Order: sequence, then C-alpha cells, then structure tokens
Amino acid sequence: MSSPILSVQNLTKRFGPAASPVVHEVSFEVEDGEIFSILGPSGCGKTTTLRCVAGFEEASAGTIAVRDQTLSGPGVHVSPDARDVGIVFQNYALFPHLTVRENVAFGLNGASDAERTARAQEALEMVGLEGFEDRRPQHLSGGQQQRVALARTLAPEPDLLLLDEPFSNLDALLRQETRQEVRELLKSKGMSAVFVTHNQEEALSFADRLAVMRGGQLDQIGTPEEVYYQPRTLFVAQFLGRTNLLLSQAAGPEAETPLGRVGLNEPAEGTVLVSMRPEHLALEAPETSEGTVGTVVGRAFKGHDITYRVCCEGSEYLVHTDNRQFHEPGDTVAVRPLEPAVVLESRSTPAEVPSGATPEPEPEE
Amino acid sequence: MTGARVLDTIRDRWYVVIPVAVVVGGVLIPLVYLLLRAFQADPATLWDLVVRGRTLRLLGNTVGLTVGVLVGTSVLALPLAWLTTRTALLGRRLLTLLGVLPLAVPGYVMAYALMATTGEYGTLAQTLGLVVPRLSGYVGAWIALSLSTFPYLFLNLRTAFLGLDPSLEESAQALGRGRWRVFVQVVLPQLRPAFLSGGLLVALHVLGDFGVVSLMRYDTFSYALYIQYAASYDRIYAACLALMLLVLTGAILLLEARLLKGLLFHRTESGAGRTAAQYRLGPWRWAGYAFAAGVAGLSVLLPAGTVGYWMADSTASGLPWASLGAALWDSVSASAPAAVLAALLALPVAYLGVRHPSNWTRVVERVAYLGYATPPLAFALALIVFSLGAVPFAYQTLGLLVMAYALHFMAEAVGPVRSALYQAPPHLEEAARSLGRSPLGAFVSVTFPLVRRGLLVSMAFVFLSAMKELPLTFLLAPIGFETLALNTWSYAEEAMFGQAAPYALTIMFVSALFVGVLLLRERATEHPASAERA
Repeated sequence: MSSPILSVQNLTKRFGPAASPVVHEVSFEVEDGEIFSILGPSGCGKTTTLRCVAGFEEASAGTIAVRDQTLSGPGVHVSPDARDVGIVFQNYALFPHLTVRENVAFGLNGASDAERTARAQEALEMVGLEGFEDRRPQHLSGGQQQRVALARTLAPEPDLLLLDEPFSNLDALLRQETRQEVRELLKSKGMSAVFVTHNQEEALSFADRLAVMRGGQLDQIGTPEEVYYQPRTLFVAQFLGRTNLLLSQAAGPEAETPLGRVGLNEPAEGTVLVSMRPEHLALEAPETSEGTVGTVVGRAFKGHDITYRVCCEGSEYLVHTDNRQFHEPGDTVAVRPLEPAVVLESRSTPAEVPSGATPEPEPEE
Repeated sequence: MTGARVLDTIRDRWYVVIPVAVVVGGVLIPLVYLLLRAFQADPATLWDLVVRGRTLRLLGNTVGLTVGVLVGTSVLALPLAWLTTRTALLGRRLLTLLGVLPLAVPGYVMAYALMATTGEYGTLAQTLGLVVPRLSGYVGAWIALSLSTFPYLFLNLRTAFLGLDPSLEESAQALGRGRWRVFVQVVLPQLRPAFLSGGLLVALHVLGDFGVVSLMRYDTFSYALYIQYAASYDRIYAACLALMLLVLTGAILLLEARLLKGLLFHRTESGAGRTAAQYRLGPWRWAGYAFAAGVAGLSVLLPAGTVGYWMADSTASGLPWASLGAALWDSVSASAPAAVLAALLALPVAYLGVRHPSNWTRVVERVAYLGYATPPLAFALALIVFSLGAVPFAYQTLGLLVMAYALHFMAEAVGPVRSALYQAPPHLEEAARSLGRSPLGAFVSVTFPLVRRGLLVSMAFVFLSAMKELPLTFLLAPIGFETLALNTWSYAEEAMFGQAAPYALTIMFVSALFVGVLLLRERATEHPASAERA
C-alpha cells in the first residue's frame, strides 16, 4: 500500500493557552483516492480539524502532513496559500463581485489568460455548468452555486479536497442527487477528499471511510459498514441511527441478555452493554420460536419495510421487518436476535443506561 | 496579557497599529500638551481662574442649554418618530424625510435664519410689518440647536420603534393594560437605549457647538473660549476653559455609559419577522399632520425661505461670484483630502472590529470616537497650542486643518465601512487564501472590491461634513483661507444677512447632499443586498 495522502497525528487545537482543547489528540490517515468523512454533532471539533488541515487555524500540537510534506508541526505552519489543499465551504464563499468564470479562474495563478480561461472552462464543463460563465454567483440557484464552488476548488488540481458541510445548504431532494454526482466526479478524477458533516446518512453514503467525532476526539474510524454494525461506543451506536441497548451478563463468546442468550461480536466478561440494530432482530410466532415473548405496542409502516415497537418485560425494542410480516398492536410475538450483539466499550458507557430502544438521534440544523 | 502575548497580538494585527497611533496620538497628545501648559501657570493664578463666579455661570449656562435642547429635541423627535412608525398616517415616508431634512441646516445656518427673520430689519418686519425682538441669548440658542439637532434623536428613536418586539406590547394588552399605559410602561422603557444614544449625540453637538452660541451671544464655555481667542488672547485662561469643557464632556460620556449599562442586554430575539400593529388615528390624524407641518415649517421651510428672501436681496446688488468660487474651492481643498484620510484610517479599525471582535478590539473601535466626542473648539485650541509649541512648521497649515477634520470625522467613516465588511464574510478571504493568495493579496483581490462602495460612502460623509464644519475651520484655517462656513458665519455675525445668503445657500445645498447619502444608506441597511442571501 502506498503512503497516505493525508496524515494527521495527535492533532490538538485550543483557542487560548488556558482554554480546554477543541480538538484533542486526533489522529487519522486518508489514502490516495479515498473519500474520508468526519461525522459528529455540532461543536464536536470537526470543522476546526478541517480548518487546521486547510491551514486557517494553527495547530496547538501534533502534526499534519500531505504526501509526506509536513504542513503543521512543532515550529512549522505552512500558510493556507502555500498548501496544495482545496476547500469548499458550507456557504460556498463565492466572490460576489466576480463572474462564474472569474471565480473559477481565481485560483489559477501563474498561467496565461488564455490558459486560465481554458482551464476554467474545462472545470465548469466537468461540473456541467457550461453556459453560466458570465453570470454572477448571486444569480444562480443553490445547487449551481455549489457546483461553481466545487469547480473553483478543483480547477487548480489540489492534492486534497476539503469539504465543510457542502450539502447542508441544499434542500433534501437536491442534496441526495448532488451528493451522488459529486461522489462520482471525485471518484472519476481519483481525488482524495476529507468531508465534514453532522448528517449520519450523508457520511454513510458518501464516504469510503469515516471517523465519528465527539467532544474533540475520534470515537471510531472505519468503513461505513464497520462503524454502523460494529459501533465501539454507546455514542457511535446512537449517533449512526436507532439501536437497541441490552444490559447483559457476558461470559466469553456469549451473553445473557434481556432477549435471551446471544452470541457476542467479541468475547467479554461480566456486566456489559451491548447494541443490537433493529434490522438484526426478527419477529416470529411465539408458539414455534425460542425467542423472547413480547407484545407489539406500535407499528410504523415505511413502504419498503416496517418498524415494530415490541414490549418485552417492561422494555421497548425496535424491530425492522420486511413488509410481508403483519402484526397489529396487541399481538403477542417472539423476538429473536439474528446476529451477534455488539459489545460497547465500558469506558464510555454509563452503567445506568436502561435496556431498550434508543431515542431518535437529535435532529440538527 | 503578558508582554509576549501583546507583541504577538500586535504582529497579527499590525494593520491597526498605524491608524490607532495616528488617532490616539493626534487627539490625545495635543490635549495632554494643553493640560501640561495650563498647569505650568502658577497654581494660585490657576485656582483664581477656575474658582470664580464666572466659571459657575458658564457651567450653569452650558448645562442649562444642554438640558433645554435635550428636552426640546425630545418634544420634536418622539412624536414624529411615533407618527412615522406606529400610525397608519398617509405619507409617512414624507414625514420621515421631514425628520431627517433639518440635518441639511447646520446650527449656525439655523441661527442665522432665526436672526434674519426676527428683529427690526428681519424678514417678518419687512414682509408682514411684524416686529418681534431679534432672537438671541438662551432662547435663540435653544431654538436654533433644538431645530437643527433633533434629527439625531429622531433617527435613533425611529429605529428603536421599528425594532420593538410587538409581542411584548400584545402581552401587556392581554394582561389588561390600556393603550396609554402600555405605551408608558412597556414601550417607553424599551426606547431608553435609543434615547440615550440619540441624546448623547445631541448633547455632544450642544457642547461642541460654536456657531450658534457665538451668533446668539450666549455665554457658554464655547462662547467664552471664542471670546478669549478672538479678543484678549489669554492662553492660560483659554486652556482652562477648554479643559473644563473637556471634563464636562467626559462627565456626560460617563453618565451615558452608566445609564446605558445593562439596558442593551435585555433584548431578546428581535421580532424581525413581524412589525407592530399600526394605530389608526381617526380625526386625530389632523393633529398629527399639523404637528409634522409645524416641525417642518420651523426646521426646514423657515431657514430655506429666509435664505431665499435674502438671496433675492443679495442678487439685486450682484452676486459675489468670485469670492463664492474661492470659498467653495477653499472648502473643497480641505474637505476632500480629509475625506480620503478619514476613510483610510477607518478601514483597518473597522476591519479589526468586524473580523476579530473582542473586548480590546471594541476599545480600539472606541478610539475612532475620541476625536468625534472631543469638543471641536477645545480640540482646535489644543492643536494650536501644541503646534505652536512642538511643531511650529505645522501651525496654520492646510495639513493641520485636514488632519483635524479627519480625526474629528473619522467616526462617521467607520459605520459604512463596517456594514460593507459584513457583506464580505471572512470565508471569502479564506477561500482566496486556499486558492493561493497571500493575506494581503486575498484582501486586495476579494475584500477590497467588496468594501469599495462602503469606502466611497464614508468619504462622502466626511467630505460633506467637513464642508460645513465651522469651529475647527475658524481656529485652524491658514491665513486668508475663507471657506463657505466661515463666510456664512462672519457675515451673519455682523448682521449682514444679504451677504451671508449665497454662502448659506451653498452650505444648505452641500448639507442636502449629505442627507441624500444618509437616506440612501438607511435604505440600503433596511433592505440588505440580496447578494447575501442568494
């Protein structure tokens, strides 16, 4: 494997010598051609991390290197203009006094006028905006402005692309479509990108790998599947979607849970909190199943699937089923785990967390 | 902060060091010099100069005039602000214009108009045969200053009325309070910050005024200073008077800060989405119109009519085109460089305040108001004493006058640049930086083009203000330098109303342009450029 394009080691950032760190000993690496996402709630330090990589903030400690060239480190701070790093801002930051073409050509320093125009044109075609060259940014729609911003950042062909919540100013429909397009574009160009978001769905679908950040630290790094299905901490389990928490007694590879005896993803001993995604539970007929018996208390039909709320021994659990299974509230059902439960790290697990379904992740924005 | 930290901060914010040094140095050094010179006198003499009946009378007169004008401007501004914001009166835009237009009539022009209207040879006597005693003294100064400064209070109150959260009034009504009690118990208290900031502007104008009190011959600190300077130039006594005026100004600034403390933080989420209900006045609307007409008649029509009347008189004997042209040129040659200098000083200060808001940058921003708050007569005197003593080559030069204008009016230049900077968010500069521009390059290629308009507005404000400025010009103008303002004032002072008219008319024209710029800017801030949102 080649060396990573971006390497961040023990990055710490505090605003003021006495202030507590906003980013605390964060380390991660981004491979060539990889789209890496930092996911976390607002105020977790993800944007500050990105701004340190861009060079707008001076790191308090730790190192940042792009292609083995140290950009930030003890006694080193390469200014933003000397870094081969492009950034797309949340609000796009298009220059209102320049036309679309002038915006895109802005970063093409040291080239002849003709070459700048040609390369700007090329970048605009790449994002499908030919015909808008002479407009002012404020006369474009949100999605078009977004693409101008992307073209402007890509035109100088940076080593690394940084994206700060680039889709959050688009409406829901446009957001999904744009996300898809941008991902395909970056992949076709083989661009490496770091992408910051608070939207778990966005991070899961856009990134090759992602890091979940909380309180200035990274809780977990992995592929979307790993992070979703094998959350290391309670926070990660909850932040990436709803899940069922089970306070269990572990003995080696198995644990006694409120939903019966279940295999574990890793061996553990004693009292542990385990997570079980709703799609990893099944509903069966109580007469034939060996699962735990409970009562259906709620049903949410979502078209492609159904989410049941089932009450077992005083706790409520969520179960996703396909839309062919049909139960009414009040029906008696058996809940059976399909997959091993995931042991959550005890360090970040409050012992008093009750068993049952987690609440909806906090809506943001 | 430790020494190293201060050095770091200065390194990062080097661009404000120059303007701050210029302003602090330019304003404070002469004042401190003045202080030192005054204290060079024998303490006993000094004591005699300060502690005597005359000082007490001057203090009483100055404070009395300030309080009187505050009351007078409130009586004019509050009803007019209410009528233009909270009633369904037709023609509210026109009424708003009437509340601002008096800014086109500087105090000394207003005083001139009042003097030229009344008295045995006044317009009233000549046209209607109505002889009223010529206005002078307290009453004359009070009327002239109230009529010419109430727009400052009007603008503040109007903004406050528009920003009131209607739900507060509605809650009070729902709790069973009648309209009048809601106004007294809920609306008026919320207007207090606007009263304080508008009132401060009015008070500073009264304290700094020289034209009105000298024409009306009312014995205030400024008038006494002028007499000292013009007649028996007693340097020590003049310095004492200037210092006492400064102390009085400082006391008023402290009082305002004290009263304002805590008031501004009470505002909850502004009721921006909703404007308050507008009252239908019914038959009372005629009272509203009558009031507005009365205010407009006195503050705009009277001076315009008077100047027009005497203009006819002046035209009959041939207009002094040559000296009018010379005066215009003198005014422009001092005002134009002052405008550029003030805008250049304001840009870094505003930039720092917008981009790095913190307690100490707020202090730096306050520095811009230092020259504005210093009474111009005292400031000019300090500059004279300082230049004579320390930099004699600068004494009575155009450069010193330009410097004085720029320092005095810099505060007017900060506002427009500030709002322009808000249109150029820091992300734009950061985007330029990540696209390979140096800090300065990013500023020049991105931020500067976006604040250019704001800078032009700043320059327009300072230029037009300096064109009508009187006390600084009076004391600091080079010999033979006769600006429009000086001509108006000196002819009016000798009751040569006809001769004063052409200059007064030109001044009113220049001031009307000032009002025009002001209104354009008000409209721009009421409807922020769509660029920001789109």
